[in-house]
Amino acid sequence: MADSPSDKLAAAEFANAPILGPGHDFASVTDKISSIVLSGRTPKWWIVGFLISFALVMLLMVSVTYLLVAGVGIWGIQIPIGWGFAIINFVWWIGIGHAGTLISAILLLLRQQWRTSINRFAEAMTLFAVSCAGIFPLIHMGRPWLGYWLFPYPDTMKMWPNFRSPLVWDAFAVSTYATVSLLFWFIGLIPDLATLRDRAKNRPAKMIYGLLAMGWRGSAVHWERHETASLLLAGLATPLVLSVHTIVSFDFAIAIVPGWHATIFPPYFVAGAIYAGFAMVLTLSIPIRKLFRLEDFITMRHLDNMGKVLLATGLIVGYGYMMEAFSAFYSGNQYERFMILNRMTGPYAPMYWILIACNIVTPQFLWFRKIRSKVGALFAIAMVVNMGMWLERFVIVVTSLHRDFLPSSWGLYYPTRWDIFTFVGTIGLFLFLVFLFLRYLPLISIFEMRTLVASEEEKRAAE
Amino acid sequence: MKQLETIYGLMAEFTTPEQLLEAARQTHDAGYRRIDAFAPFPIEGLAHAVGFHRTRLPLVVLLAGMVGAGSGFFLQYYAAAVSYPINVGGRPMNSWPAFIPVTFEMTILFAAAAAVFGMLAMNGLPTPYHPVFNVPRFALASRDRFFLCIKARDPMFDLELTRKFMLTLNPREVSEIEP
Repeated sequence: MADSPSDKLAAAEFANAPILGPGHDFASVTDKISSIVLSGRTPKWWIVGFLISFALVMLLMVSVTYLLVAGVGIWGIQIPIGWGFAIINFVWWIGIGHAGTLISAILLLLRQQWRTSINRFAEAMTLFAVSCAGIFPLIHMGRPWLGYWLFPYPDTMKMWPNFRSPLVWDAFAVSTYATVSLLFWFIGLIPDLATLRDRAKNRPAKMIYGLLAMGWRGSAVHWERHETASLLLAGLATPLVLSVHTIVSFDFAIAIVPGWHATIFPPYFVAGAIYAGFAMVLTLSIPIRKLFRLEDFITMRHLDNMGKVLLATGLIVGYGYMMEAFSAFYSGNQYERFMILNRMTGPYAPMYWILIACNIVTPQFLWFRKIRSKVGALFAIAMVVNMGMWLERFVIVVTSLHRDFLPSSWGLYYPTRWDIFTFVGTIGLFLFLVFLFLRYLPLISIFEMRTLVASEEEKRAAE
Repeated sequence: MKQLETIYGLMAEFTTPEQLLEAARQTHDAGYRRIDAFAPFPIEGLAHAVGFHRTRLPLVVLLAGMVGAGSGFFLQYYAAAVSYPINVGGRPMNSWPAFIPVTFEMTILFAAAAAVFGMLAMNGLPTPYHPVFNVPRFALASRDRFFLCIKARDPMFDLELTRKFMLTLNPREVSEIEP
């Protein structure tokens, strides 16, 4: 039985499992993390991974160049489905980014110490995911070179963007999000860049890290302001991250298309974003801790916690799906009702049911501690969720558009090879940036790890 | 006054954060005012111990956020109601609920930029040159060592007396900082 004393004991031990391996001090955490960057030897797996992702970036370049030359006709988009892969991928990528901000801002405000060792690369993941996301609306425009028309500036045509349009809100939300994420990430990096400057052996590395560290010297007064700025940024980034996916959901919810025009969209999109994001954090952190032997810093406790977050947000997303179906029937609107029946039984029904299997059924395994404590199982579940969240956006975009009000304007959507190349290309770009980051910047916040060491020592002294 | 030209100050090295905190408190109590402490991570109470009380950064961020909100809203009001009014089904030109998302994003953008650039400006970063780096062991301030500096500019500073005082704080070593 689950309530047997030994089981309870095990549960208690698990909850108090360390978030840092034993025997670490200020020097050892510093040396361990900075040596990944400063060691002269590049691991073989890094070179292989880097080359593969670089090849995919080239594929992206080719796809985008061909698109600029030939136009969006190379994609599968056809009226009534004008939003194909580009918007699906945009929403998918931007959602992935959200977990990074959640970890760096919301968990900081909630004083969750376990966030420390995954915070830096989750933030980096946010930046890279937003970079990939930003490409799509731009290249979907038809005339991407006029993309700056989205921003207000006094022009000779005496025109302004339509501020009543969610697409303009989106431009503001995503560019603000990218800027604030970059700033937040950079100020967290400054003290660590100073560490790298002080520990680098060769002159170019010393100069580059020195320039980026801007003369940081760890003065008590500087730390005080740095901490204040970090907390303020966390406080600002928290509503920001919620607003970004809310506004992304407005792109759909403000329209009157059945399947999009739903009030549940903002919270359900935000939960979905965090869900997808944590799946991606797990997807990245599991190989990273293995390859860099960081099991002392990214412990089972971290993976377990992330599994729990995945389960919780997965349940919210499941509730979202149910409410979507419920309100379609409850509305009494025949178009809404047809939309949900068509989604479940129409030409794209397999997509819908695979999505339910990926996003609602699969995470239920995370209820079991045995599964959460198996790295391979967690990785597999995270991959399934990554795929499921992509399918979710596919279902929302395509099944809502392909059969709307008039049967005479119904149609089907098939992606072309260029749709697929562009998507795979952005996955390549994402991995390419991740590989560069892993090699040239500290992937765990060193100064926060030292703070963690200090607080662990205090705890031990108190005992 | 000759000391001023030849020396920036004295630097004591400690091995634990508690020692540094205690030393900073004692130095401040002894009447030294131009002092600074250096640590590889933020230590609670250390800034207070060296005589720093409050940062005005939150105020700057608040003001910047207000400017962001104001300019964000005004931008949209001017564009949609004054410069290029579009009549959408007879709805009011100043359709303020539709202007909230951009106003909000601009508030956050301005406030966040103020937090980062305000922090850098108040800290005087970037600092291309600083004398504390002339102490060879100071490189460890970003690893596992803790430093306390009394600057020569301090009115109470006297090379010999101050060195003696610093040795009473139980440091690992005391060294001179070249300017």
